[in-house]
Amino acid sequence: MDFGGAYSWHNLRFILEGFGYTLKLAFVAIILSFVLGVASGVIRYARIPVLSAIVGAIVETLRNLPLLLLILFAYIALPQMGIKLSIFWASVLALTAFEAAMISEIVRSGLASVHKGLIEAARSSGLTYIQTLRHIILPIGLRRMVPPTVSQFISLLKDTSLAVIISAPELMHNVGIVRGQQESYFFPVIFLAALLYFLVNYGLSLLSKRLEVNEGARRKPTGKKAGPGAGTKAAAEA
Amino acid sequence: MLDFSVLTNNMDDYLEGFKYTIYASLLGLAGSFVLGTLIAVFRISPFAALRGFGTAYVEFFRNIPLLLVVFLFYYGLSSFGLQLDGFTSGTLGLMVYTSSFIAEAIRAGIQSVPAGQMEAARSTGLTYVQAMRFIILPQAVRIVIPPISNQFLNLVKNSSILGVFAGLDLMYFGDQVNLDTYDAVSTYLFVGMFYLILTFPLAYATRVLERRMANAA
Repeated sequence: MDFGGAYSWHNLRFILEGFGYTLKLAFVAIILSFVLGVASGVIRYARIPVLSAIVGAIVETLRNLPLLLLILFAYIALPQMGIKLSIFWASVLALTAFEAAMISEIVRSGLASVHKGLIEAARSSGLTYIQTLRHIILPIGLRRMVPPTVSQFISLLKDTSLAVIISAPELMHNVGIVRGQQESYFFPVIFLAALLYFLVNYGLSLLSKRLEVNEGARRKPTGKKAGPGAGTKAAAEA
Repeated sequence: MLDFSVLTNNMDDYLEGFKYTIYASLLGLAGSFVLGTLIAVFRISPFAALRGFGTAYVEFFRNIPLLLVVFLFYYGLSSFGLQLDGFTSGTLGLMVYTSSFIAEAIRAGIQSVPAGQMEAARSTGLTYVQAMRFIILPQAVRIVIPPISNQFLNLVKNSSILGVFAGLDLMYFGDQVNLDTYDAVSTYLFVGMFYLILTFPLAYATRVLERRMANAA
């Protein structure tokens, strides 16, 4: 395990460049997939004739395919259909399509979880469907979607590593190259890569828990005790 | 655009890959279930050291990419003289990676069984282990089945990682067929079709299980 050689300034810079590319991919994909995901989720929830069904079919198909296949398809197959994308944009397209489908489902079920009684009350008070959507369903539903959405973003960041199959110069790709220099470099660089992923993802999950706490503080305590090992749960969560 | 001869001429390759994808998914499920149960038990154990190990394990594998885990098995073991092939290292990576999610699902399931159950069991004279075995775990299993079904679905999709390491799965054979036919569109559309044959039923089953759980509650 040659930490000194593996962590030469040259290699460190190369690895951090890879991490930068990873973050760039993730950032662009998160924004695009969020917009597309929320839009398609609302469309599916609203059950607009024809449109909801088409969107639903696309979402279900994308959700159930491996992301790796989508990435390969975007980079290798699309050019044969006339759409030539760079490595970066092919990866973004695949990531966005997949994650948007996931977020679409999160949004749809988040909206659907809003208690029917609230909707009935709103409609019987004279609010139109759009008004109900805007003032009742979306505010409540969107707040419920935050933890699974952040969790999906964490997934997205990890999934950027799959772009390595089309030689995208992201973190895992560069780790592979440094390892190629010398086998003894492997553990030092993989440790660094794991650390980088861990820091960002663990940070995101702490953020999610913080948001959850703020949301939960509004609710009344239910008075139910936790299950077996209740005493250890607090320790485990720490 | 969609050339069916790509499917018919290469059906052997597609089916080989399909077979190995199923193997990897089933092995991955079995292994990750066993490991996951163990880690879940650690997480709720009264011993701080076991709890700490369980938490570290879960947090570590949940926050790093599957690719990294498989890298560890594929390249990491060569320092100890062991060079695993793509299928084995991919499947081991799948097991270890998925086990952390299953551990969390099992832990949540066990802890959602009301505390009163354990208290009642202990006060009728059952030991901790007997209570777990006859009262708590059977109830927890019911709660845990939908998330595990969901994880199985993820496993099938994640098994595609074997394609990066020449692991003889659908993705790998898809690449082979593409090299033969140069018709990437048809090749990969058919690969997708095979995956959907596996994932659509699983997704449907997961939905049904989730709905049944929600109704029973």
